[in-house]
Amino acid sequence: MNAPSQGTETVMDLSDRAADFPILERAVHGKRLVYLDNGATTQKPRAVIDAEARYYSESNANIHRGVHWLSQHSTDLYDRGRERVRQFLNAAQIEEIVFTRGTTEAINLVAASWGRTQLKAGDEILLSGMEHHSNIVPWQMVAEQTGAVIKVIPVTDKGELDMSAFATLVNERTRFVGVCHVSNALGTVNPVEEIVRRAHAVGAVVLLDGAQAVAHQKVDVQALNCDFYVFSGHKLYGPTGIGALYGRRELLDAMPPWQGGGDMIHTVSFERSTFAPSPQKFEAGTPNIAGVVGLDAAIAYVEEVGLERIAAHEDALLQYAVEALAGIPGLRFIGEAAHRAAIASFVMTDIHPHDLGTILDMEGVAIRAGHHCAMPLMTRFGLPGTARASFALYNSRDDVDALVAALLKARRLFGLEEHGA
Amino acid sequence: MNGFGDLRELYQEVIFDHNRRPRNFHSLDDATHRADGHNPLCGDQLTVYARVEGGVVQDVSFIGHGCAISTASASLMTEAVKGRPVEEVEALFQDMHAMLTESHPERDLGKLEVLSGVREFPARVKCATLAWHTLHNAITQAQEIAKTE
Repeated sequence: MNAPSQGTETVMDLSDRAADFPILERAVHGKRLVYLDNGATTQKPRAVIDAEARYYSESNANIHRGVHWLSQHSTDLYDRGRERVRQFLNAAQIEEIVFTRGTTEAINLVAASWGRTQLKAGDEILLSGMEHHSNIVPWQMVAEQTGAVIKVIPVTDKGELDMSAFATLVNERTRFVGVCHVSNALGTVNPVEEIVRRAHAVGAVVLLDGAQAVAHQKVDVQALNCDFYVFSGHKLYGPTGIGALYGRRELLDAMPPWQGGGDMIHTVSFERSTFAPSPQKFEAGTPNIAGVVGLDAAIAYVEEVGLERIAAHEDALLQYAVEALAGIPGLRFIGEAAHRAAIASFVMTDIHPHDLGTILDMEGVAIRAGHHCAMPLMTRFGLPGTARASFALYNSRDDVDALVAALLKARRLFGLEEHGA
Repeated sequence: MNGFGDLRELYQEVIFDHNRRPRNFHSLDDATHRADGHNPLCGDQLTVYARVEGGVVQDVSFIGHGCAISTASASLMTEAVKGRPVEEVEALFQDMHAMLTESHPERDLGKLEVLSGVREFPARVKCATLAWHTLHNAITQAQEIAKTE
């Protein structure tokens, strides 16, 4: 099946795909834009930009409202987007897909609706030590309201979850487990299947934060057997302001609405209102219809390129980057998990991440410098922040070479020896 | 050294010097004022101490961690304000703030001029102003440290 003569280079080479992204043609500070901040947001292919523009040019109307043709047409596009997300995550039913503004809102929905009604004093919420603030703060708010207690799965020096500690932390009081599928700060791919299995064994509900996962690997919520899965469109080559929550049908059916308004009701009187079933129950008000259309186009684009090809390309690129970066004097990786995806996080001796960020920017190289909205994780490593290069399907070895060259330039600017002190 | 272009405007030798060897980089046991400064966006964190007697900043120091710009700015600040009357320090704070965010003040700010390049890097302005805001808070809000602490 794997004929060795078939070069893996050609299989993984997606270099022509950069041409699909108009912004990559622009210069920054007179230099070619080398965009390595994909963990923050990805750039958008022309197919997505055009789909959103076309929606407003040709299809715009409010959904679920008018009897007129255009409203029905717009509703059809919105529904088609939901079906696309269902297939993308391999959810069993379309009612299990709720549109949100993004990952953050999806987690807040679960915390406000499921958390507030299901958790009580003494219940334990188990989060990992590498969560983004968006999967910490909503649970702190719920814990304060319900008296539930937050427990934390520790992170090892390599940047992996301490699974033996997890095994002892998960117990009969554990009602909820929230873990990122892929860490935004370290790139660690967590053993989410095992987490789900152990959590379910004690009857806990599991939410997986897929914000950093969906653009890099195929996700199957039925295979994962998780209860909630959340992601953002804008980290998946789609527009900002749109994301989705997958929720197991019986959980969503039992959950109360979290925002009230139009489109989420069945009947309304001043005495009492009754609510529409999921997903409408959780989508009060006019939704981000153009965003759904853009997300639909983004998923279609990713599937056309192929997630397996994307994963292979990014894995090869990460390996190339890790080897190249390791040769830079004074550079230390933060997070060296055995299973990593598309992210290299590092610090350099005597150069603060923010100085690196500015110097690299002047070279056209865009990276993230800081705490990555994961301050507890930074504290665990005793760092104010790291520099993070995160890769997407359009990145190439040239981009990695530009990153390395810019880092060496930073060392020269800071008067540090080229070959170490 | 050439090839650094605009970066040399931001990162002048004086800044590297103060980043590598920050002056007055310690806590102050006999401080009469102190304040904490924090830039939540980038994680820069410092504490500024001052001993104010007879309306004069007799001694000043800082501790904390941050990027080269924020460390150098804090270090240069301590050198610039030590021994000066509080009113002068406040006037200097206003002029520094103007130089870093708007336009150059009328008077020459001496050694502190090395920070003027920051204005062209909007993302880094707060790095340079953090220490100054913290000192301003320390000496104007009269946050005296309890003797028992």
